[in-house]
Amino acid sequence: MTQGIKANYWEKDLVRQEEPREYITLNVGPTHPATHGVFQNVMLMDGEFIVETEQTIGYIHRAFEKIAERRPFYQITPLTDRLNYCSSPLNNMGWHMTVEKLLGMEMPKRVDYLRIVVMELSRIADHLICNSVIGVDSGALTGFTYLFQEREFIYEIYEEICGSRLTTNMGRIGGFERNFSEKAWEKIRCFLKNYPVRLKEFERLLSRNRIFMDRTINVGPFPAEKALACGFTGPNLRACGVDYDVRVMNPYCSYEDFDFSIPVGQNGDTYDRFMVRQAEMWQSLHIIEQALAKLDVLSDKTTFHSGDYRYVLPPKEKVYNNMEALIWHFKIVMGESDIPVGEVYHSIEAANGELGFYLVSDGGRTPARLHFRRPCFIYYQAYPEMVAGNMLSDAVLTMSSMNIIAGELDA
Amino acid sequence: MAEYLIDTGRNQLVADRLTAQFGNKLTGQELMADMLCMVVDPEAVAEIMRFLRDDESLQYNFLTTLCGMHYPEKEQLGVVYHLHSFKYNHRIRIKTVIPESKPVISTLTGIWPAANWMERETYDFFGIRFEGHPNLKRILNVDEMEDFPMRKEFPLEDQTREDKDDSMFGR
Repeated sequence: MTQGIKANYWEKDLVRQEEPREYITLNVGPTHPATHGVFQNVMLMDGEFIVETEQTIGYIHRAFEKIAERRPFYQITPLTDRLNYCSSPLNNMGWHMTVEKLLGMEMPKRVDYLRIVVMELSRIADHLICNSVIGVDSGALTGFTYLFQEREFIYEIYEEICGSRLTTNMGRIGGFERNFSEKAWEKIRCFLKNYPVRLKEFERLLSRNRIFMDRTINVGPFPAEKALACGFTGPNLRACGVDYDVRVMNPYCSYEDFDFSIPVGQNGDTYDRFMVRQAEMWQSLHIIEQALAKLDVLSDKTTFHSGDYRYVLPPKEKVYNNMEALIWHFKIVMGESDIPVGEVYHSIEAANGELGFYLVSDGGRTPARLHFRRPCFIYYQAYPEMVAGNMLSDAVLTMSSMNIIAGELDA
Repeated sequence: MAEYLIDTGRNQLVADRLTAQFGNKLTGQELMADMLCMVVDPEAVAEIMRFLRDDESLQYNFLTTLCGMHYPEKEQLGVVYHLHSFKYNHRIRIKTVIPESKPVISTLTGIWPAANWMERETYDFFGIRFEGHPNLKRILNVDEMEDFPMRKEFPLEDQTREDKDDSMFGR
């Protein structure tokens, strides 16, 4: 499938040969409002057209893989918050599931469904930021201001569930730290009622808007085969027409119980990426509704974590009255739980692609090695090829439609 | 947690195909909890990867990720690759080890352009040099840096500190 693609495609000589031209070098970033994050692009410009681009990244590198080698497993969750900070709960859940896979923990169905509610909410939050920012970069600020109210509401739901908003540190290894409150359920239902109206409105504003279509169709297109060779995943790959979705290919967290479709695009251009994300938000709403229905049907209304107290903090009454519980509690808090030797790779469908955790444990209190497969980092390398020959203003749109999140890019 | 189905038939097929083709270049094989892992000779990595990608019955068309490893007690470095075949929906892990004294391995950028930055990151943090890489330079750290910080000889905490007992507070 990847045959015929030149390995050094980014070195493609795009300089027009006819006459000697005068090029200028333009620095876009590191702190530029149009990059929506701290990274730099050094662009060689021919007038308003981009001849070639080189990215410089690493401005907010925080050595998470190194730090993780000195932290007990539960203290690594806050590090994952700061990868893709637009959808922290997704990263948190991905990390919890990785550890659970290593420990061989069986999760109750109710926990899986609660997780799915949270994960799909944060997928919506991530996609709506990305899509409304595509609007902003093409000159339509209105949709952004409307949709951001909804993101605010999602953050309020997070707040009800775990107490924090952006870097959530939500859930624990083995489930959640507490059951969802009545208020949280109320807010989730309220969101499910209000959001479709807003989203519809937003869609009407942009998706068939002549100016928006002219700005985005055929801007930064990428063919499917190249996208696969360049490691694209998530909405960006689906916009090229490849129906790869980890939730379907390697179901985790009971996604196999749910009925949803994978939206795909055709050309992999900015418009397709926008439309795929838009369609995915509808699918996510659909999944949340199904999850709520399933939770209603479940006889179990109280379980919010696994009953394996070697890895999940036992209830306080038990800690005070039962010696084993006290020992477990102490061991978990001190990071002394017995961790099996082994290695696992677990991946989830995060908001911008396949987020993978490769965890190697030597039985010690901390991982011997933890590697994050960060989707942004892998697909951002194709950016120069996507924008070569385009105008600068289109390159800005291409970048925002790729959903590059600096935190995830730089780890 | 969902059942992690391991397709043993396909694992066997992959192991057999690789053994038939590169028998003497495989140094180990392991069925781990989550997927099949093959340990291969670093000299033959590019060749094996190309075979895994192009063979009709395997078709590992997607390089999921690639990362470096450090085994200080054996004075070895390693590279771990995760491949995914979309056609058969099957994942495998390929491992290689190379001596710390000569950390050189061939690049995969000719097979998957996606390997470009992943290899740069591995070079940046582990000092593994990928031969034939078009642009092997640091990516997340500053260019002036001399060390390879993910190697185990660099502990996270200041080594001059004596008030913390490592046996109590992590490695």
